[in-house]
Amino acid sequence: MSRALALFLLLALAAPAQAEGLVLSLSKSRVTITSSFAGESIVLFGVIGADEARRDSRLYDVVVTVRGPNESFVTWRKERRLGLWVNVDSRSFLAAPSYLAVLSNRDPALMADAEVLRQEQAGFANNHLLQRVGSDYADVVAGDPFRQAFLRVKQAQGLYVEKTDGVEFIAPHVFRAAIPIPGTAPIGTYDVVVKTFADGALSERGALTLEVAKIDFEQTVASTAQGHPWLYGIVTALGALAVGFVANLAFRRD
Amino acid sequence: MTIYLPIAELPVNIFTLLAMGIAVGFISGMFGVGGGFLMTPLLIFLGVPPAVAVASVSTHMAASSFSGTLTYMRRKLVDVQLGLVLLTGGLTGTLAGVVTFMVLRRFGQLDLVIAITYIVLLGTIGTLMVVESLRALLREWRGEKASVKRPGAHPWFLRMPFKMRFRQSRIYVSAIPVVTIGFAIGFLGALMGIGGGFLLVPALIYLLRVPTLTSVATSLMLTLVTMVAAIVMHAVLNQTVDAVLGLVLMVGGTIGTQFGTRAGQSMKAENLRLLLGLLVLAVGIRVAVDQTTRPADLYAVTIDERAR
Repeated sequence: MSRALALFLLLALAAPAQAEGLVLSLSKSRVTITSSFAGESIVLFGVIGADEARRDSRLYDVVVTVRGPNESFVTWRKERRLGLWVNVDSRSFLAAPSYLAVLSNRDPALMADAEVLRQEQAGFANNHLLQRVGSDYADVVAGDPFRQAFLRVKQAQGLYVEKTDGVEFIAPHVFRAAIPIPGTAPIGTYDVVVKTFADGALSERGALTLEVAKIDFEQTVASTAQGHPWLYGIVTALGALAVGFVANLAFRRD
Repeated sequence: MTIYLPIAELPVNIFTLLAMGIAVGFISGMFGVGGGFLMTPLLIFLGVPPAVAVASVSTHMAASSFSGTLTYMRRKLVDVQLGLVLLTGGLTGTLAGVVTFMVLRRFGQLDLVIAITYIVLLGTIGTLMVVESLRALLREWRGEKASVKRPGAHPWFLRMPFKMRFRQSRIYVSAIPVVTIGFAIGFLGALMGIGGGFLLVPALIYLLRVPTLTSVATSLMLTLVTMVAAIVMHAVLNQTVDAVLGLVLMVGGTIGTQFGTRAGQSMKAENLRLLLGLLVLAVGIRVAVDQTTRPADLYAVTIDERAR
């Protein structure tokens, strides 16, 4: 009792996201990008049924979904035309997450019915990816070659991650998951959504946000480039001229 | 040791970048070209987004061309008047190139057009240079004297109206071909992410009959002005200039250029032209092979610029 309470307090003090019977905490709620940033792993801790009265002896499954800021993408398909490989066909993916990590303690397909999982967007294949189809928008079947290619390319870039052993139970109701943030991670607010399943049905859900931001010098450079483009351009040009001038003086031989 | 590039938004190894800067700087010092046609593809290969690569290489080229221009200025080899006339066409061409770049990217055919332009342009220029320098070497081997061509009769395009006298270059030609050459260089530069030195120098020598050293010096001045304009244009329109990336490339590039220049001075002009010709040809063939072999993945994903 006292140990559970202590853990509860610890988690509650860290960065609490209170959901019905689900307590979540991130090892860091802000990933700061400095000049030596090359990717980082953020650990998510969670306690199911922290409320003692609600705790039961059921076995839980956990699916953690992390989505980076939305962006629109185009997937192109090449074909051979006159001996050259040319982009011939394309599909637009609207408001797709720029980063997507789906971590679970086992294959989500084993946790509940396909219908339930699809509805909850639990599992890598169940995340909606809106495609522009003519003038309409819809998510197509999972086997669509453009959809598969999109996921394949994103996974190869390390921006889409699927790990069916990414959630580890350290006690019957306490779990831990490491969220891999790659060096190329897009800047912005990431939504961390945790869903737990028991007896083939959704039992709890909780959400947190994770911030990926540049700080110090990187922040200054990026915000100047955005906010004062003329100043940034002129200063960069003058800097280039200064380097050229110094080099000319340093290596002058006549 | 990695360094995070704030605009490209990715970490890269700083020593890889420095080595690339030194290598490309060496080549550009040796042959008197900007090296953009090598640096831009290398950066894209590292994972830098093409738009950021093209824009950031311009800072590197501005630095090295300023250094070179200063040296030639002191030796009074720059034809400022010729440079200014070339620039009127060059800046218009740059603008036309930027617009074409945007239109092609919208239709997803930018890569193809760039590839075809590279194949045709580098293939042609490379072949011409190799053939010309081999001929010169062969003549020398046979012990023949090179015929110094300085024909009295100008080709038709130099006899067009609006004739101008360029004292430094000792030519009296129509302004129309000069502006046209400037336009073509500016257009291709903006489209392909190259400074165009390796195109402009032969164009000035063979088409306008400008002396070799004046051609190189004036071409550097033109590169300097167009690259400074490109930095500001890219910074304002696209926000794709990565100052950190540019700085690392500049430092490597300026060091490499010094060694390249010394290596170049100890070689014969024909051998130098042959080597540059082979290099240009090799890049062209590489692009052609890439474009004609089946890619590992037939699909590619790009960020949709229209939705932004």
